[in-house]
Amino acid sequence: MSTSLRNSRAVALAAATAALLLVGLALAFYWVPNAPLEGFRQRIFYIHVPVALTAYACFGWAAWKGLRLLWTREQRYDLESYTAVHMGVIFGILTLVTGSIWARTSWNTWWSWEERQLVLFLVLFLFYSAYFMLRFSVDPGPRRERMSAVYALFGVVLIPVSFLAIRLAEGLIHPVVFDSQVNTRLTASQLITFVVCFAGTLALAGSLYVNELTGKRIDARLGELREALE
Amino acid sequence: MSYLADVGTLARKDLLLELRSRDTLPAMLLFVVSTLVVFSFALPADASDAAAYGLLWVAIVFTAILGLTRAFAAERDQRVLDGLVLAPCDRSAIWLGKGIAVLAFLALAEVVALPAFALFFEPVSWELVAAVVLADGGLAAVGTLLAAMAAASRARELLLPLLFLPLAIPIVVGGVGASIADDPGRYLGFLVLYDLIFAILSWASFEYVVTE
Amino acid sequence: MIAARGLGRSFGAKRVLRDLDLDVADRDVLLVTGPNGSGKSTLLALCAGLLVPTAGELEVEVDRSRIGYLAHEPLVYRELTALENLDLYGRLYRVPERRERIGMLLERYGLWEARRERVATFSRGMQQRLALCRTLLHEPDLLLLDEPYAGLDEEGAALLDAELGALAGKRTVVLATHDPEQLARLATGTLALG
Repeated sequence: MSTSLRNSRAVALAAATAALLLVGLALAFYWVPNAPLEGFRQRIFYIHVPVALTAYACFGWAAWKGLRLLWTREQRYDLESYTAVHMGVIFGILTLVTGSIWARTSWNTWWSWEERQLVLFLVLFLFYSAYFMLRFSVDPGPRRERMSAVYALFGVVLIPVSFLAIRLAEGLIHPVVFDSQVNTRLTASQLITFVVCFAGTLALAGSLYVNELTGKRIDARLGELREALE
Repeated sequence: MSYLADVGTLARKDLLLELRSRDTLPAMLLFVVSTLVVFSFALPADASDAAAYGLLWVAIVFTAILGLTRAFAAERDQRVLDGLVLAPCDRSAIWLGKGIAVLAFLALAEVVALPAFALFFEPVSWELVAAVVLADGGLAAVGTLLAAMAAASRARELLLPLLFLPLAIPIVVGGVGASIADDPGRYLGFLVLYDLIFAILSWASFEYVVTE
Repeated sequence: MIAARGLGRSFGAKRVLRDLDLDVADRDVLLVTGPNGSGKSTLLALCAGLLVPTAGELEVEVDRSRIGYLAHEPLVYRELTALENLDLYGRLYRVPERRERIGMLLERYGLWEARRERVATFSRGMQQRLALCRTLLHEPDLLLLDEPYAGLDEEGAALLDAELGALAGKRTVVLATHDPEQLARLATGTLALG
């Protein structure tokens, strides 16, 4: 694929991202009626949940690319997996921040151990921070590529296992609390807004991913050229 | 069959090494007892029984980390791991042999730790013993794989706890649950699930960690 | 037995081997020469399968169980005795009549008396002798020897000379050395790196 075609695609993706996010936010703030119990503050749902789902998607993408690397040994998958983890961590931090704001508006506290998704993202944040430590501490080369891929695979397995663990741990602290949320089904307008917001954050992640990947590739290429010149 | 013979050969070699140098197991024993003593001072006098069980699990995980940081020390020393990797045995046999040795050290440390816990803090139930046995499996399986990764890095001992602790959180949940919940069965079941999933994953991926 | 086309290996941005073509036939004795840092060890580690190429292709038509690899480090446990180390490798390589073979090698390389001593107490030369025993233990078809004379005294060097003389023409040998004169009479080819 030629560079110009790649560039024009990246621009198109960025434009679509901007449009989707603007429309999504407009819908979330001006169109959707207030939720019956939570009122206006519930609208952060349309940012928090799509961001969290996007982070999962990034981690899943990273594991998939890691698997591809282990199969094919092709170096490019390493950069792709790394970039996907990078994006996942950014969206993971955003999830923690938006979740924390939500907790503040709902329960008047910045942090709640009862909020499953928030706790899970804290665990994942720690896990994937260690991924960076691992990469920084091993010399670049096939060995590092494979170790990173294996670790990324562990991450995607850890997500459901941790989720289960957090559910179980909740039972220890508050044995009675069980999905008592009133009517979690979304109305049509809520669903549309949610889908647009989710598409927007996914596009944003994709856009950032493409951008970052290009940068990392150029870096790697530059290193090679420099070495070749010596 | 020959796979098991290789695993036996490798595990026996690790036990022999420990018998010869005695630098891992005594350290783990001393560490786990010291940790319990420190905890007895850290716990306020009116703390609940449940808190003591929680601290026991922290002590177990930290002791496991202490043992694991030494797990590949002998191999790293002289690049012996390269020698083992070149040998015709399946690479996962290296993981399994090492894992068995790690498991043995951890179990021995707990043979001391659990009576000490019963003496200093709370009684030890059968559910707790079962949970400890199951948790050991998971800790050894995941820990051995991560220890091999950490051994190949520059940060070494520093890196292992960072890689390991997030993966150990579910084990702590299962262990604490089995110790204090009214229905320990759920938590024991969860530990079994964890062991199965991560043992298979570690077994399958070890080769990728020690080869290029 | 070994065929390389455009073989290259980098460590990060550092390129150690580049664009190397190589053919080693069955029963060749190839000397690899070159100054320090020219990639001799890297080439041997690539042939052994410890490293993979980052460029080009490399084919080694020998099963990993039939390769004997002698590295800079002896690849033995320091806290085990010579006998225990060789027994470990003998079991893993499924060496037939293991005990006899190990005893014979230890005898030949003058380590029999020290067989029950920990490797940590060995001198550099004794460690190198033990490493040679480990490499030859399973009578490999392909020998990859990285500076095999390093650390050996005159007697040890003479033993190795005799060994290589006996192996030449029967086994394939790739030997990295900075002093090719010594082995010129055995060599079927020389590869100068760097």
